[in-house]
Amino acid sequence: MRRQSDDAMTLYRFVMMIPRWWLLLLMVVPALADEGIFDQYRDLMGDDNPAIFVIDEGEEFWVQSQGPSAVTLEACDLGLGAGVTRGAYAQFPRYFADTDRVMDIETRLLYCMETLQGRDREVIAAKPYSLRGDFGTELEALVTWLAAESEGMTIAPEQAHPKERAMYAMGEEIFFYRAGPHDFSCATCHEQSNKRIRLQQLPNLTEHTEVAEAYGSWPAYRMSQGLVRTMGWRLQDCFRQQRWPGLIFGSEVSIALQTYMAVNAAGGVMTAPGLKR
Amino acid sequence: MRATLRRITLVVWIGVAPVAVSEDLASVIHASFSDSGQATLMRLEQDPLQQRCSQPRDERVDDDIAMALRQERLNAVVFPEDGNFLGDWQRGSAVAASGRGLQSNDDPSIANGGNCYACHQLAPTEVAYGTLGPSLTQYGLRGQSEAMLRYTWTKLWDTHAFNLCSHMPRFGAQKILTEQQLKDVMAFLLDPNSSVNQSAEGPSSAH
Amino acid sequence: MAGRIKIRAQKKGELTEVKALMRHPMETGMRKDQAGESIPAHFITEVAVLHGDQTVMQAHWGAAVSANPFLGVRFQGGQSGDAVRVVWTDNQGGTGEGETTIR
Repeated sequence: MRRQSDDAMTLYRFVMMIPRWWLLLLMVVPALADEGIFDQYRDLMGDDNPAIFVIDEGEEFWVQSQGPSAVTLEACDLGLGAGVTRGAYAQFPRYFADTDRVMDIETRLLYCMETLQGRDREVIAAKPYSLRGDFGTELEALVTWLAAESEGMTIAPEQAHPKERAMYAMGEEIFFYRAGPHDFSCATCHEQSNKRIRLQQLPNLTEHTEVAEAYGSWPAYRMSQGLVRTMGWRLQDCFRQQRWPGLIFGSEVSIALQTYMAVNAAGGVMTAPGLKR
Repeated sequence: MRATLRRITLVVWIGVAPVAVSEDLASVIHASFSDSGQATLMRLEQDPLQQRCSQPRDERVDDDIAMALRQERLNAVVFPEDGNFLGDWQRGSAVAASGRGLQSNDDPSIANGGNCYACHQLAPTEVAYGTLGPSLTQYGLRGQSEAMLRYTWTKLWDTHAFNLCSHMPRFGAQKILTEQQLKDVMAFLLDPNSSVNQSAEGPSSAH
Repeated sequence: MAGRIKIRAQKKGELTEVKALMRHPMETGMRKDQAGESIPAHFITEVAVLHGDQTVMQAHWGAAVSANPFLGVRFQGGQSGDAVRVVWTDNQGGTGEGETTIR
């Protein structure tokens, strides 16, 4: 369980990463403080971000023989045919006939690990994401690499199948569903433009340009986490902050919300892996 | 009623091909979450207010149901029994700055915060404020008439009494803050000595 | 896992730009686990970047550096095809290294 001292130490480490003089900037220029300072940090990092290394790790996992079947993931069908990875991420979430359901990239990878490699899905699903200080999980690395395989491509989630459209409609309902002691829904923070929570700008996920930029930049290297984080992780963390119970990995709600965002973002460009605070 | 309309819309849209889709959104949501720390599945059950307010901003209708709900919320506000609305503004400042409380990873034995700065500007010297709600800087200029005290308390206790379907939490009605914490936040807003009511440069003489 | 370093080195005009991602928990020693026991300090204390035999950068690190440190260094000189290495030592005597060639 995270404690206050952990949070303080994490904040301390994060602050130590930034050149000290930038902290002065943060204090005296409130107007810039929301995103300006991180844009400057991004420029200093150049056109690379630590995620470039996680991309390499993901590719290594893809060609690694694992599980009782001692097979790689290279035959995994991500919607464009077995083994086709270029452009696949940009068309998720989508319906798959072999499972007769709509899946996001993470649930599809889990399916391939189970059916191709013979691995135990419960074991992977029990810890799909890193805890603080971890080295990054296999799933995070694979998602990062696959996102990079769609970099620059048009966001184009499939909506031809009735189940895909139903998933969008459900995602929209969930987006506005208010619950918990704070009465929070996704819409509480994400249905208006030009708003921020503390100093964090909030994308309006009902507006095409903003949701395209937001959706297209995940997975992302989160500087505050020291890790690449996926959209599935982001949703889990949102619900924690909304005072809701725990979002189950690969659940219908997770897939529905990703569908809602992806369809609203359709036509935009994949820029992932991104770099965020 | 709005939730029912949406469900009907959902069924009609997918009526072209027979598909097994769960029409009961509540059960899908329930199956997608698990108890986590103090955040249990019970939190997903909506009360009438949450049900009424679960739709897009521009689809909300100010009808008789809305009026009745607002009045009901107003009637349910609990004012301090001792009639004293104002606590300690410095304690209130700490409540406003604290974002902890009620999350799955929060320790239930530690007091909840109001997290006011997440959405509001308050003390002008604090630059890390959100803009989801209006600025409350210099709130104390409104004075401390009985009407103003009751109005401010009501906003904190249950904002829906005045602004139905606002996204501000119901700090009193949902037991997020204790009565004492609410009094302290009241003082943080209304006490002329509070940092909220100073100018950015220094102490204000305005009362 | 520990000891893994991924490196890229690229010519940029007269400079060679090296970026490396090290996998290391960088435990400060201040955290406690669920049982309330202190998690032992485990962090990189020395890092060096070598161009061939020459050390072009050497640093002393401490607990303030975050987990999975990302290092960026630019140095004068270097030609495409030259070997660049990054090596580290930590407070528990562990080491890590990685190598690449300049693109």
